[in-house]
Amino acid sequence: MHGPIGRPAYGVLEPEDLSVASRRRFLKAGTFMFGFAVLARAGKAAAQSQGEEPSLRAITPGGPESGAAFDGFAPGGFIRIPSQGKITFIIPSTEMGQGIYTGEAMLLAEELEVTLDQVEVVPAPPNELLYSQPILKSQATGGSTSTRGAWGPLRQAGAAARTMLIAAAAQRWNVATDTCFADQGRVYCRANGQSLPYGALVQAVRAQPVPRNVPLKQPGQFKLIGRSLQRVDTPSKVNGTAVFGIDVKVPDMKVAVMEICPAQGGRLRSMEDRGARTVPGVVDVLRIDNAVAVVADHFWAAKKGLEQLELRWDFAGHEKVSSERILADLKHASENGKPILGRVLGDADKAMDDADSRVEAVYELPFLAHATMEPMNTTVHVRPDGCDIWVGTQAPTAVQGAAAKVLGIPPERVMVHNHLIGGGFGRRLVAESVTQAVQFARQVPYPLKVVQTREQDIRHDLFRPAYYDRIAAGLGPDGLVKVMTDRITGGSVLGSYLPTGLPDGTLDSDAVEGADRTPYSIPNVRVDWIRRDPPIKVNWWRGVGPAHNVHVVESFIDECAHSVGRDPVEYRLAMLKDNPRSYRVLEMAARRSGWGKPLPPRTGRGVSLHDSFGSHLALVCEAHVTPAGEVRLRRLVAVIDCGQTVNPNSVQAQIEGGVLFGISAALYNAITIQEGQVEQSNFNDYRQLRINETPPIEVHIVQSTDDPGGVGEAGTVSAAPALANAIFAATGVRLRRLPIDRAALMEKGAGKRVIAPPAVALGLGAAALAWGSDTGGAA
Amino acid sequence: MTTILINGEAREVDVPPDMPLLWVLRDVVGLTGTKFGCGIAQCGACTVHVDGKPARSCVLPVSAVGNRAVTTVEAVGETEIGRRVQEAWLGVEVVQCGYCQSGQIMSAAALLGRNPAPDDAAIDAAMSGNICRCATYPRIRAAIKRAAGLPAETV
Repeated sequence: MHGPIGRPAYGVLEPEDLSVASRRRFLKAGTFMFGFAVLARAGKAAAQSQGEEPSLRAITPGGPESGAAFDGFAPGGFIRIPSQGKITFIIPSTEMGQGIYTGEAMLLAEELEVTLDQVEVVPAPPNELLYSQPILKSQATGGSTSTRGAWGPLRQAGAAARTMLIAAAAQRWNVATDTCFADQGRVYCRANGQSLPYGALVQAVRAQPVPRNVPLKQPGQFKLIGRSLQRVDTPSKVNGTAVFGIDVKVPDMKVAVMEICPAQGGRLRSMEDRGARTVPGVVDVLRIDNAVAVVADHFWAAKKGLEQLELRWDFAGHEKVSSERILADLKHASENGKPILGRVLGDADKAMDDADSRVEAVYELPFLAHATMEPMNTTVHVRPDGCDIWVGTQAPTAVQGAAAKVLGIPPERVMVHNHLIGGGFGRRLVAESVTQAVQFARQVPYPLKVVQTREQDIRHDLFRPAYYDRIAAGLGPDGLVKVMTDRITGGSVLGSYLPTGLPDGTLDSDAVEGADRTPYSIPNVRVDWIRRDPPIKVNWWRGVGPAHNVHVVESFIDECAHSVGRDPVEYRLAMLKDNPRSYRVLEMAARRSGWGKPLPPRTGRGVSLHDSFGSHLALVCEAHVTPAGEVRLRRLVAVIDCGQTVNPNSVQAQIEGGVLFGISAALYNAITIQEGQVEQSNFNDYRQLRINETPPIEVHIVQSTDDPGGVGEAGTVSAAPALANAIFAATGVRLRRLPIDRAALMEKGAGKRVIAPPAVALGLGAAALAWGSDTGGAA
Repeated sequence: MTTILINGEAREVDVPPDMPLLWVLRDVVGLTGTKFGCGIAQCGACTVHVDGKPARSCVLPVSAVGNRAVTTVEAVGETEIGRRVQEAWLGVEVVQCGYCQSGQIMSAAALLGRNPAPDDAAIDAAMSGNICRCATYPRIRAAIKRAAGLPAETV
């Protein structure tokens, strides 16, 4: 294990730490371990095959083969308490910047009664039985689920361990357990005044029965939860010692730089590599079906070698793929396809017929790349007896499975060494880059580090799908929304993600999430989805379903409010009588942002509200639009109710960063395709928000003791609609297509145009015309 | 053989003269704190100091370094300004994924080296070459002010 870097430290779990043999040694040496898993169902053999096993005996009465389970889970391996030295927490979720190493460590530490400087955290190895996350039901980190999923199980793991340690100490002192308590890694006895460190109890505790249903602390009793503790992963990230996947160094390792077929779906036709092989430092030129790699002593030689290759590709018909065709296809499908119902409430058709006025609009969203700061990379060593992989991944078992599949070996012979991730955002939930790296690495005897250039990272990303959504509302005599219909058309991310795919006719809940349930009391709802998978691969992207749907719904609710001449905040509040948590965050955001106060010309405030990932978030964006159409952000104010916070500073950081991540995409980003090839390539043409464009941002957190909600993506979901609504307030221009079209915002001629796609106002009442091209101006 | 002065130590490296300093540091010398982000001086993740001035090492040929002193994030904490910047980065809890932060810290330390009390415009000018996809910008701004001993503002 690496030495500590600062305190507490981030370490690397060596493979032998988890092998059965070494575990036995570890146990003999006096180490006590336990955690959670579903071993009661899965059985011992399966667990051993994954390289995990004996810790379970410490917590499961009669051992895992007995079938006994703790609270529905059999224990696995979150906690390691050695006889001396730091306690190790094996953290089930991947650290990609969201602070989860710290948050999950706090959950364990709270109930175990230790402080964070008494522990070291390591990433969990691939093991679905031990580390499958209860919400995602797989060992993966995404969808803002980590804290929600860990909230119960990790505290239970800590509490069970503490209870057993106290019992062991009480037995040794021959006192009643209720005279003992634990604090900062020691058990104390009130009766005899003695104390023992946990390390002194590691043998005795293993004879203790596993407690069931240990009562967890109530919020008033928390010592760590709810406090902004220093993160455990950040000290190594400010002095250059943090090791990301791309930083891995393995003896005898070579570096590969690739060229991938420019058109997805094409293949390599021929390659002339004589020039490349003459470049000093180049050691090999490798090829697979759709890519080539030049291998060298270092990245630069490999890249120089790559430039010497003469490559001919067969695009295999994929040169016909273009953004225009994909969009036209989505539009056609939207109008002619067979929808799959997402949610029905009341009678939408009748309510629409009965409405006093109706509003309709079409919204379009582009493909988006992830553009993580750390370009995609994988280091692979294929040996005769197995394979080692060093990578930063959101899904360790997906990596393991991908490599095993390529090599035709059992997964347990693939050792995955997970690392810190230089940006995930969903990109590292899929293992297609690992598959590719293993295909190259199996051709050579040495460890191979495959590093994508930025250009490849963007062009060969798996993108957030493009969407074409038709949304409509019928308003009542009070102007409020009595019925909303939303027809979503786009590809299925779940279908692309699941190894088995998603059968036709099956709902992808991600496609409708954020539209099917809004914060508002709308009595009649019909949300459906027309599946139209694009001819390029799609993937999760920060904010998942809500990031797309909430933009449409919240922009459209703004349209509805303006259509009846009502203030967007007041209008929303009027539909939130049954949703006190959302009412409160919206009301607070309005107040904190100075909603309604006068602003300079071409300056406006926009609001968005959503309930996603178990959290409630309101965002007010204040923006100025220059006469040239440039958008200048002035201020962002967010109010979140995410239930009980674990680390409030991390919540704040996630909302800050999440909002700005969404703003960046809304302002600048679209992946476009011509002749089968992605047109963007690097940060020069896939622009990102920079510090000089970043306004002050305030995040207010509602104090709450409700169970935690997710926060990693909530801010991103809020961003685009608040921005678009602010632009409307500033200019009167309703943008229904992302990213923001500066040309449409130029002052000359008209600040009052509606930008395509056209919306249709059905003039059932004079109020319904008070938007779009006849809008009376800024809110 | 080329000799370059890295973090106070003369290093002999056998590399082609057009090889960017970034890859000499990462793949030859083994200092991986300096990051590869874009390869075209667009993101700033590879920022190091050359004679105290910030340089994008991904486009700086090693032959252009000459006998100037190269400082990387691994050693910037040995200077007073670098130490203050790193402390402020932790104090404000700037970091999320952390991948860009080596470059951010090097740009910030260079800024404070030439301007001990930067205002917002100076911070923008010095730091707008560094992209952070976690968008930690408000905290970067706050941390620079903290490192400079300037009053904190809303983050």
